[in-house]
Formats: sequence, structure tokens, C-alpha cells
Amino acid sequence: MYRARLGIRPGTWLSIAALLVAAFMALPAMADESSQGGWGLLNLPVGVTSISRDVYSIHMMAFWVCVIIGILVFGVMIWSIVFHTRSRGAVADVTLVHNTKVEIVWTTIPVLILIGMAIPAAHGLVLISDDSHAQLDVKVTGFQWGWQYQYVGKGVSFVSKLDPQSMAASELDSGISPYSVPHYLRNVDHPLVVPVGTKVRLLLTAVDVIHSWWVPDLGIKKDAIPGYINTSWFEVDATKPGVYRGQCAELCGRGHGYMPIVVKALSKADFKAWLQREAAAEKATPGAASS
Amino acid sequence: MAEMPHTEAHAHAEHDHDHKPHGWRRWVFATNHKDIGTMYLVFSCIMFFTGGFFAMMIRAELFKPGLQLVDAGVFNSLTTMHGLVMIFGAIMPAWVGLANWMIPIQIGAPDMALPRLNNLSFWILPFAFLLLLSSWLVPGSAPAGGWTMYPPLTLQFGASFPMLIFAIHMMGISSILGAINVIVTIMNLRAPGMTLLRMPLFVWTWLITAFLLVAVMPVLAGAVTMMLTDHFFGTSFFNAAGGGDPVMFQHIFWFFGHPEVYIMILPGFGVISEIVPAFSRKPLFGYEAMVYATASIAFLSFIVWAHHMFTVGLPLSALLFFMFSTMLIAVPTGVKVFNWTATMWRGSLTFEPPMLFALAFIFLFTIGGFSGLMLALVPADFQYQDTYFVVAHFHYVLVSGAAFAIMAGVYYWLPKWVGRMYDMTLAKWHFWLSAIFFNVLFFPQHFLGLAGMPRRIPDYAVQFADWNMVSSIGGFAFGLSQLLFPYLIWKCVRSGERVEGTRAWEGARGLEWELPSPAPYHSWTTPPTEAMIARGAEH
Amino acid sequence: MASNAHAPDSQHYYIPHGSPWPIVAAVALFVLMWGAVAYLNDWGGGWVFLPGPLLLFFMFGGWFHTVIGENQLGIYNSQVDRSFRMGMLWFIFSEVMFFGAFFGALFYARVLAVPWLGGQGVKALTNLVLWPHYEASWPTNGPGHIGGESFQAMSAYGIAAINTLILLTSGLTVTIAHHALRSGNRGRLKLFLAFTFILGFCFVALQGHEYYDAYTKLNLRLTTGIYGSTFFMLTGFHGLHVTIGAIMLLVVWLRVLRGHFTPRQHFAFEAVSWYWHFVDVVWLGLFVFVYWL
Ligand code: HEA
Ligand code: HEA
Ligand code: CUA
Ligand SMILES: [Cu+2]
Repeated sequence: MYRARLGIRPGTWLSIAALLVAAFMALPAMADESSQGGWGLLNLPVGVTSISRDVYSIHMMAFWVCVIIGILVFGVMIWSIVFHTRSRGAVADVTLVHNTKVEIVWTTIPVLILIGMAIPAAHGLVLISDDSHAQLDVKVTGFQWGWQYQYVGKGVSFVSKLDPQSMAASELDSGISPYSVPHYLRNVDHPLVVPVGTKVRLLLTAVDVIHSWWVPDLGIKKDAIPGYINTSWFEVDATKPGVYRGQCAELCGRGHGYMPIVVKALSKADFKAWLQREAAAEKATPGAASS
Repeated sequence: MAEMPHTEAHAHAEHDHDHKPHGWRRWVFATNHKDIGTMYLVFSCIMFFTGGFFAMMIRAELFKPGLQLVDAGVFNSLTTMHGLVMIFGAIMPAWVGLANWMIPIQIGAPDMALPRLNNLSFWILPFAFLLLLSSWLVPGSAPAGGWTMYPPLTLQFGASFPMLIFAIHMMGISSILGAINVIVTIMNLRAPGMTLLRMPLFVWTWLITAFLLVAVMPVLAGAVTMMLTDHFFGTSFFNAAGGGDPVMFQHIFWFFGHPEVYIMILPGFGVISEIVPAFSRKPLFGYEAMVYATASIAFLSFIVWAHHMFTVGLPLSALLFFMFSTMLIAVPTGVKVFNWTATMWRGSLTFEPPMLFALAFIFLFTIGGFSGLMLALVPADFQYQDTYFVVAHFHYVLVSGAAFAIMAGVYYWLPKWVGRMYDMTLAKWHFWLSAIFFNVLFFPQHFLGLAGMPRRIPDYAVQFADWNMVSSIGGFAFGLSQLLFPYLIWKCVRSGERVEGTRAWEGARGLEWELPSPAPYHSWTTPPTEAMIARGAEH
Repeated sequence: MASNAHAPDSQHYYIPHGSPWPIVAAVALFVLMWGAVAYLNDWGGGWVFLPGPLLLFFMFGGWFHTVIGENQLGIYNSQVDRSFRMGMLWFIFSEVMFFGAFFGALFYARVLAVPWLGGQGVKALTNLVLWPHYEASWPTNGPGHIGGESFQAMSAYGIAAINTLILLTSGLTVTIAHHALRSGNRGRLKLFLAFTFILGFCFVALQGHEYYDAYTKLNLRLTTGIYGSTFFMLTGFHGLHVTIGAIMLLVVWLRVLRGHFTPRQHFAFEAVSWYWHFVDVVWLGLFVFVYWL
């Protein structure tokens, strides 16, 4: 007959649990430092599109709901673990086996919470799904391993691959320190260039296997499926020109880790100029890629 | 403690010895549920270490940015084989092993209903994994398309491809036969008086798990068969040019795949529902609610599969439906968590190793469930999908869920199996090292995922370096701690302190605790008495 | 359940001791799978595939021989019998789910994939951008015309219709045989059981002929896009099951000739007849969704 010699003081339990919850709470608190990278990178980026902001708020809402429920449930458990123990001489109340009222309550309350979460989620989803009235169409074709971008009806098209520097450093035992490479594995030879404040629609497909086009700051991820066209859209805030990075998010073979996505968002004017230069260059030497 | 079974069972113990076959025949020709259960558990342990070894390679490669150990292709093979070996080789066989050992004892049956079939279900497995693991040796090395085997990628692999497909077929056959055996045993071999609603929850959860297995393993077989014919015989199931669709595979796979994840956790719910009452010295709270919750989880698991496919470009209506149905699963699962909490409430708790693992299960599984719920929100999943946030999610439910539950079960029933007690302090060490380093290993992966690190990549941008290093360190520590487990069991079997009487734990209830320890080779050849059943079914 | 767990006739529930057949089965399966792998990887000629099936047949022979022997000795009580029945029913259920996967593929292709490729529904752009000029229709071999420009669909009113009649009749005959067995009318039992498996083999023969036509006259092959894939995989797996079922019926018939089975105890017979009805029902699904609609 084995009685527990308490291997561990309840206090330890408390601190463990506390630690977990704390870690959870730390997450958003430290989020704002994310720019500094490294240890500070703990949470989703808020991003630069209305979608990414929606998604961020849905994410945080869900996160806090879970934290609160966690605190309640874990709290009760920890209470029993600390106080309702043999070592404290607690005697089990063997009559406490069933209580319809309580059971109804803890079935319905979660349902209500879930409905509360489902509404904003569904609303956000409807917005994301509406790709009508796009002002610019770009056909994006994934291949092993890179992306081809075609500006529909603009006579501009080019291939975008991992930049040579990262390529060299990423070889097995290359001897080149990844830290010495700017934006290691997150840089390409020819980024996708888009105008800010413009609804850009992507027509995604692939030639060989499934790839997935993902840029966290734009808040969208969509698979590129051979033989089918998936659409997705984003509109970078007019106030937020800049360079936004992501990478392929569907296992696509040896090079899956090596097909980054870089989006360069220019002001409308700059974009116009860029597009004209490209179109001209394209005419001069068809198929020639440039940045 | 009942005298009658004592004498009764001792009588068995005597004529056992002439019955018990000796040498290799005992294992190869085995028909005894305890022997077969033991073989399952040993096999599962070996596979856990194999899959764990792959995981260690993964963590070592991800220790710092840049490629140091393996080439990118090999890395993908490691990830793929890790997933396959852990799911089909470690977790599932462990559950079948526990089912073999405990179900007949817990329902007062003399053995499993179809003993020869039982032997077959086990012996298929070593061959299946021989086939799968030997794919490391063929040209082009092991399959590297992920455990989810999506075409067209998986169709690109050479000699290893058919090995993967046929290994899956063998595992499927094994699972189906095993599951049929469990169902028939429970439906047909319960002792008189062991009504359905008196069954222990481990039996209940396994009954429902077995149903899921019979329902979905054939679907997986169908999916991989289509892949085989697409690869070798020119069919067009997953080829758009021929009128097929690569995404169709994902639908069929996940129709299997999602129930599969509950197949891995439901028996765990059962084990926890046995252990928590035992060490709270208090009957389980809301027994019937537990049964209905399990059933509704199983039902829901058939209509949520596309939550793994939110980014493939499903119609809006489908996205909404699968989001809502997926979120619903939180309700019955919540009921379980709340019932366990209520069982501890006003109990008289002690913290032996089984209870420690059970408690860690409830805390950590719940955290995994929370991240699951976040994943269910489609807009958010667009950001999470295929990142380390998902990896963190499923290791919280699989490792601190399924694996911890298995360990809890072993620590709970081991004394009954071998009639000896293991080294408590060592077991507590195993627990604390596991519980702490598990979180060091997987909690940071939430951060990595949210910060934008995709899964299934051998190398990463430098801003992910810090947390990856933490995760890897946690991984090695967790891995090494696992070495304690087999050592501890071996030590117990050899030289553990003998357990007197029928009950190894004073709070333990159920028919298994009416038998002497170790449980006789043939138990319940004469069914248990009403009194014993009643004692076990106090709820 | 529990209450009748102790049926009137029950001595102890029979637990076989140490049987070699399961391990033989496991090895046979392993050899079979390795054979398939080796064959598909060109690691050897067709012969590498041979040992597996042979071992498998040997195993089935041995295993069933043992079980039948035990059964004839009457050591199976009604509870054991019930285990066998339940086992068989759940096995059939798993078979149903296996076919479910292929029916699922058929429906997915017809209701979603092909229309999308044809420019209907949410994926309209797929057609505009990737497959202009492709019009959704069924049967189809896809926008890429995989397996040849033109082919003909298999008609529902030719062999398929005949085969439907054959299977339905066989379902009837096996039922008659069952009643005969229950009422102890061995003569009629033998006759109608014979009818049943003969009809079964006729079905298989006719289907062979149908396949021959498909390949030679209709240019319809396994490689004919999604239509060919679903057509041949569904009917093929079904045909395989009919063959197995017919063989099992034959075996049961031989046992009947040997005087096995009593009006009360005849699990093997019932198991096979259940299996036969299952094959029958699957065929109806095939006839409606593969041939007719
Ligand atoms: C044991 C295995 C297991 C279990 C139990 C679960 C449980 C759940 N999983 Fe998980 N899941 C996996 C294994 C598992 N999962 C695996 C292996 C993958 C990855 C596969 C791959 O791609 O390789 C995956 C992936 C996965 C995805 C896809 C992610 C992606 O690829 O984009 C999603 C999305 O919805 C998801 C959701 C859920 C949900 C909602 C639950 C729910 O069942 C959780 C319910 C539990 C709780 C919610 C906690 C307790 C409840 C309460 C305390 C009540 C109150 C709470 C609330 C009201 C919020 N899972
Ligand atoms: C139930 C199953 C299960 C279990 C138990 C585990 C256990 C572990 N998994 Fe799991 N994992 C999966 C199921 C599981 N995993 C699945 C399904 C995937 C997805 C695959 C895919 O994407 O297709 C995955 C993917 C996956 C990844 C992502 C890989 C990628 O995306 O590229 C990682 C990375 O850290 C990881 C790590 C680990 C670790 C460190 C453990 C540890 O818990 C392992 C601990 C055990 C041991 C270490 C063995 C014991 C010790 C020894 C062998 C002695 C030697 C030890 C040392 C030298 C230290 N796993
Ligand atoms: Cu392309 Cu991953
Ligand atoms: Cu799932």
C-alpha cells in the first residue's frame, strides 16, 4: 500500500503554473519590441493592411479569452492541489460526484464564449474573402524553387529567387556566417513591387507542387496549387511604403526553406515610374528580368 | 479486500505454470492478451526512441542558423519519418498495448475476443516499420513529403515512395484488426453485471476510439492507394490536367487525419479519468457526462477535417462551416477538463508519479487545446498555418497529452502487471525533468510561429535564432530525461519491491484491483462477482 | 449484451493457445508488400511478386482449416460464435469505408473539381487563366485530355445492366439457400448456393469482357483522365471483391457438400452471405453513380 510522501511541495506547483500563465501574458506585453528581433519576437506583427490589423485583433482577442479561462480553470485546480491534499489532512467528500446545475453552466458558458469569438472571426473572414474591384492583378506562379510574377495586362513579368548571398551562405557547412548576410534567407533578387493604397489582387498557381504565398505583414497566406487559380488580395496602407518579407509556407521539397517572398511597396507615383521602366525594358529584351 | 478472488486467483497462479508457454514460442505464437500487450508496449517504446532520435537530429540542425548536420532533403526525410514513426509507431501501438493489458481485466473477460487475430495485429507492425525505416537505405533516401504525404510533392519521390505507401497499408490493416478485436471484446465479453454504464472510462474511451479507427483507417488506405495508382498506373485523381485536384487528397487524408488525432488522445482521456479519482480518493465527477462528451468529440471529429486546409482556397461557406464545427469541439473537451477539476475539488490528494503525470496532462493539454482553438479561427489561422505555432500546438496535445497520458498509465498499472513497485523518487525525477524541459522545448515554438517561422524548414532567418536555441536545449534535455523511463521499468521488473495484496494504490478502484498482483496469466476465467464489479463502479 | 454473455450452452469461452498462423500471415503480408515494392521499383522481374500471394493462400488454407476443425469439434460456444459475427460485421463496415473513399473522390471530381476547371463557381479564374476553351462535362478526361483526345463513356445499358440483374439474382439465390439451410433442406441449399457462386463468376467474366471492350473499342483506359481513374478503380476494386466473395461462396459450398453446418450453427455461411450482400449494395451504388448518372 503506497502513500504519497509528497515528492514536491505544493508551492512548487504554484510557481510552475504561475510561470506558465506569466509566460502567456508576457507575450503581447513584449510584442511592441518585436522590431528588435531575437528575444523580443514573440507575437504576430500588426502589419500594414486593414486585413493584417483585423487578424491581429482577432488573434489577441482569442489569446486573452484563453488566458482568462486558463487562469480560472488552472486557479481552481491549483487550489485543490494546494489545499485539498492528504498531507493537509483533507478528507475526500465522496458525495461530490454529480451536479446538474454546475454541469449545465459549464457547458453553456463556453458555448456563449465561442459565439462571442465566432462573430468577429466570421466578420473578418467575409472581408478577407471579398477580392472584387481590384485595381491591379498580379499572377503569381510558384515553382521549385522560386516565384514568377506577371503584372496582368501590363507587359511586365519576372522571376524572383533567393538572393545569391543567402544561397551561398546556406550551403551545408558553407563556412559563411548567416549573420554576415543581410536578411539571410529572407531576401530575393527581384522583389514584387506594388503601389501603396491600391487593392492588389493575386492570382496564385504553381507549375510543379503546392507552394504557399505568405507575407505576415500583409496578413495573407494562400496556397498556390498546380492546375488551379487561387485568389487573394491586399492593400498596403498609403502611409506605409516599405519592404515586407515572408516565405513559402507549404512544404515543396528540398528548397522549401529557400524560396522567400519580398514585397516592395512604393508610392503610387514611384510605382507608375517603375512600371513604365519595366515595360520598356521588357520590350527591349523580352523575358529579361530586372528589379 | 475480497478474500474469494485471492484464493480463486491463486488457484490460477498454480495451474498457470503448466499453461504458460516457454521460450520464443510464447511471444511469436502468442494468444495471451497480456503477452501481446507487453509486446505492443515494448515495440512502442522502441519506436518512441527511434522517432525521438529523428527529433533530436531535427533539433540539432535547428540549433543555430545555417546548415551544419544534414542536407535539406535529409532534413525533410527526418521530419517526415519523425512524424510517421511517432504517430503510427509510438503512440498508437502504446494505446493498443494498454488496451490489450487492461480491457479484458477491467471488464472481467478471460482474454481478448479473437486472440489469434490479436497476435496478427501486433506482428504486422514490426514488419510494417521494417519496410518504412528501410526506405532510409534506398536511392533517394526516405520519403520527405511530410507525414501528411501531400501530392504532387510526395509523388516526386523515387524508390521510397511505394515503401511508404505499403507500410501505411500494413499499419492500417494492423489498426483495423486491432480495433475490431477491441470492439468485439467490449461488446461481447463483459462479465455478467458489467453493464455499459458501469464500464471504466478507459474502456469507454477505447470503445469509441476503436470505432473511429475502423471508420477512418480504410479511408487513409484509399487515399494512399489513389496516390499509388497516380504514380505508377497513370490515373489522374490528383492531377488537374486530367480533371482531378491535388486538394482532393487533402480532403480524403484529413477525413482520416483529424479523427486520427482524437484516436491518439481519447484513450488518454480515459487513463486520466481513472487516475485522477484514484489519487483524489474520490469517485470521478460526472461519469455519464464524460461518456457523452467522449461520444460527441468523436462525432464532431468527422465534420471538422478541413480546418487543416484553411489556406487551400476553400469557398467562404466551407470556411465558415469548418470554423464553427471545429470551435464546437472545445465544449465537450471543456466538460472533461472541468470534470477532472471537480473530481480533485474537496478530494484528498496525494502526488504519486501517475497523479503527477495526470496533473501535467490536464494543465498542458489544456494549453494545447487553447492554441487549437486559436487555430480554429480562420482569419488567424491564415497567419498560423504551417508555422511553428502549429508545431507547438500539436506537441502540447500529443507529447504532454498523449505521451504523458501513456506514461501516467504505465506508472499507474505497472505494479499490477509485474507485482513490483518501481523506484518512486526516480519516477518523480523523470516527471519533473519531463514536465519542465517539455515546456522549455515547446513553449518557445509558439513565439517562433507567431514571429513568422514556417515549419518543415532546415534553416531559418537569424531573427529566429534565439528561441530555436532554447527549444533545442530543452529538446536534448527532454530527450535525455526519457532515458530514465525504460531504465526505471527494467529496474522495477528485475528488482522492484514486491506489492502486497490486490491494490497497489489505496484509492484505486476497478476490477483490475480485485486481482492479485501480478495479475495471473489467465485472469477472470471465472467471471468476477457482483460485489467486485459494484466496488469498481462507484460513481 | 452483458446478460446473454453467459449463454445457456457456455462452458468456458474458447481461448486458443499458441497458434503459428498469425505470424505466418504477418510474414506473408510482408513478403507480399516487399514483392509489390520490388516489382514497382524494377528491382526484379514480375516473379518477385509471386511468393507473397502463394504464402498468403497457404496461410488462409492453414488458418481456416484450423478454425473449421475446432468448429467441427464443437468447442465454440454461442458466445464465440457471436464474437465471429461481430468481427465480420465490423470488418464489412471497414470495407464500406474503403469504398467510401473512392466514392468520395468520384463525387468531389464531379461536383467540385471538374466544374471549377470548367470555369464555374468560386474558381472561375482557373478556367480563364489556365484552361481556356475547356468546358466542364461528365464524362471527361480533363482539360489536358489525359489518355487521348477522344474516348467513349461506358454505357449503363449494356453489360452493366446485365451484371446488375446477375448480382440482384445472386442476392436472391443466396437468401433462398440460407432459408433452405435453416429449414434443413440440404438439397435446395446445395443447388441455390451453386447458383449463387456461378452467377458471381459470370459477373466477373462479363466485367472482364466489358474491360476488354473499353480498351479495344472505346479507347477508355485506366489512364483516361479522372473518368477512367474513377471508373476503373471503383469497378475494379468491386470486381475484386466479387471474385473473393465468389471464391468464399465456393468454399462454403464445398463444406456443405461435406455436410458441414447445422440449421442453428452456420457462422461461415452467414458471414459469406453478408459479404455477398455488401458487394451487391456497393454495386448498386456503382451502377447509379458510375454508369447511369
Ligand atoms: C492529440 C492530438 C490533437 C488534439 C487533441 C487536437 C485538438 C484540437 N486541435 Fe489540433 N492538431 C493536431 C493534433 C491535435 N489537435 C495535429 C497533429 C495537428 C497538425 C497536423 C499537421 O499539419 O501536421 C493539428 C492541427 C490543428 C489545426 C490546423 C492548423 C494548421 O495547420 O493551420 C487546427 C485548426 O483548427 C487545430 C485545431 C484543434 C482544436 C480546435 C482542437 C480541440 O480539440 C481542442 C479543445 C480543447 C480545449 C479548447 C481546451 C480545454 C477546454 C476548456 C478549458 C473549455 C473552455 C475553453 C474555451 C471555451 C475556449 N489543430
Ligand atoms: C505523438 C507524436 C510526437 C511526439 C511524441 C513528438 C516528440 C517530439 N517532437 Fe515532434 N512531431 C510530430 C509528432 C510527435 N513529436 C509530428 C506529427 C510532426 C509533424 C511532422 C511533419 O511535419 O510532417 C512533428 C514535428 C516536429 C518538429 C517540426 C519539424 C519540422 O517542421 O521540420 C519538431 C521540431 O522541433 C519536433 C520535435 C519533437 C521533439 C524534440 C520531440 C521530443 O518529445 C522527443 C523526445 C524523445 C526522445 C528524444 C527519444 C528518447 C531519447 C533518445 C533517443 C536518446 C538520445 C537522446 C539524446 C541524444 C538527447 N517534432
Ligand atoms: Cu515552395 Cu515551400
Ligand atoms: Cu484537426
